[in-house]
Amino acid sequence: MENLEILILLFFVFTLSAFLGFELIQKVPSQLHTPLMSGSNAISGITIVGALLACGVADANFGKWLGFAAVVLAMINVVGGYVVTDRMLGMFKKKGK
Amino acid sequence: MDEKQYIDLAYIVASILFIFGIKMLGKAETARKGNLLSSVGMLLAMVATLFYKEVIDYKLLIAGVAVGTIIGWIWAVKVKMTGMPELVALFNGFGGLASLLVGWAEFEFHKNTDTVTLFAIYSTILIGGITFTGSFIAYLKLAGKMSGRPTLFPGQKAINAVIFLILLGLGGVYIFQNSAWSLYAIIALSLLLGVMGVLPIGGGDMPVIIAFLNSFSGLAGAAAGFVILNKVLIVAGCLVGTSGIILTIIMCKAMNRTFGNVLFGGFGAAGGGGSKGVEGEMKGVSVEDAYYVLEAAQNVVFIPGYGMAVAQAQHVVKELAVMLEKNGAEVRFAIHPVAGRMPGHMNVLLAEADVPYEQLCEMDAINPMMNQVDVAMVIGANDVVNPAAADDPSSPIYGMPIIKAYEARTVFALKRGKGSGFSGLENALFFRENCRMIYGDAKETISALIAQFKS
Repeated sequence: MENLEILILLFFVFTLSAFLGFELIQKVPSQLHTPLMSGSNAISGITIVGALLACGVADANFGKWLGFAAVVLAMINVVGGYVVTDRMLGMFKKKGK
Repeated sequence: MDEKQYIDLAYIVASILFIFGIKMLGKAETARKGNLLSSVGMLLAMVATLFYKEVIDYKLLIAGVAVGTIIGWIWAVKVKMTGMPELVALFNGFGGLASLLVGWAEFEFHKNTDTVTLFAIYSTILIGGITFTGSFIAYLKLAGKMSGRPTLFPGQKAINAVIFLILLGLGGVYIFQNSAWSLYAIIALSLLLGVMGVLPIGGGDMPVIIAFLNSFSGLAGAAAGFVILNKVLIVAGCLVGTSGIILTIIMCKAMNRTFGNVLFGGFGAAGGGGSKGVEGEMKGVSVEDAYYVLEAAQNVVFIPGYGMAVAQAQHVVKELAVMLEKNGAEVRFAIHPVAGRMPGHMNVLLAEADVPYEQLCEMDAINPMMNQVDVAMVIGANDVVNPAAADDPSSPIYGMPIIKAYEARTVFALKRGKGSGFSGLENALFFRENCRMIYGDAKETISALIAQFKS
């Protein structure tokens, strides 16, 4: 079964990413807790990829409209998350002088 | 090579950008660049996705992207720094809901799929649903649209356990029959569980729960990746999911509590049940008298808490700090990791007020020096300076690391009224011999102090 092969591969990717995620962040100074959270929050908007695929199909299925709603929501998450994080980090930078 | 392989290559590049982005977000010097890198990764992943043969209808797509971008942009630019916790919670909830919808849409498109995909759809909806309503309740609590106190009622844990068990059962039914009714029931109950799960969590525990929900929204994305067999969703979602868990653990450690205790403890509703009575009385002091002490102080430490955010006092605090420095005092800010309502909350507020970075001290750095401090100004902080955490084993917060404000020669505690903090505990610090209370709105009190310095 070809599908199963893909799934095993995906699970492999998932496992390795999980370990990578744990290792990536070790000691975070507390002033970065909020930007780290809101910045990674923006990354979790990656579900936009799934939303685009669902929304962009040709047939006028109900799922297409669900996809449209998902695109709007995920986009708010992505754009809002990145912009707000950048604003915050901009303030931190200013006082370095 | 057809288009799919090229798209996958682009996804690999996007994943690398996300990995470097998160890594760089963990260091002060590189954080802003890291955020930029990961946003480029996101753009790349989105553009690559448009090249799939299945994506045909661009009109609706562009409309959706435009609407979302405008709304997200406006909110992000307009928000005041004091409103940051609730906005982050709200964005997070939207991400969770988007994942839920992606899972649901897949069900509408392909009614006949294999067991593993059904399981993936189930997981996506479950995690996404809990993330959405959980974050939304957190948003309401943080924005003050709902009481920050834990909402508890008899049998709450039992009811939540039953909802969870029914969800597990429904999952079995759905995966076995692939029926629409079971899917809709799962959607409804997941949303309900998110509400019920966050209701009993008090305002002071919000830093933990926000970090956790952030991690959950990542996992929802990863689960959605299994639904549509997409690698970049799995990598990015999983990275957020696990790095979010690290932040959750940091927050729990700062309170010396286990995550289970935060989730199920209903902390702060009942009041300090086992805590022994505090002897002595709280002694007030007038702004004038406080001024004379401050004027003579050589070494002043500010200890901000959620009360400073509520009073929006960060700017006047900074002004007072500048005056004290001009007066020859050394001024520092001691920041507890869970002060406020989200991880790093105080840092954001003080940064907004242009407090120099070098003056901000972490708890472990300042504690050994607290006994040389002339005046500790506690501004709307409570549990994070409560000495009962260090010396009263019967206290619910016993064992939680605190900032040792009580070691300072004089402590001024700015407080709105005589009530207890979010945990419902009397604060033993306020009854100490060296502590004086200044009642009233923190912003007004500090403005009055500034006026004294000016005259």
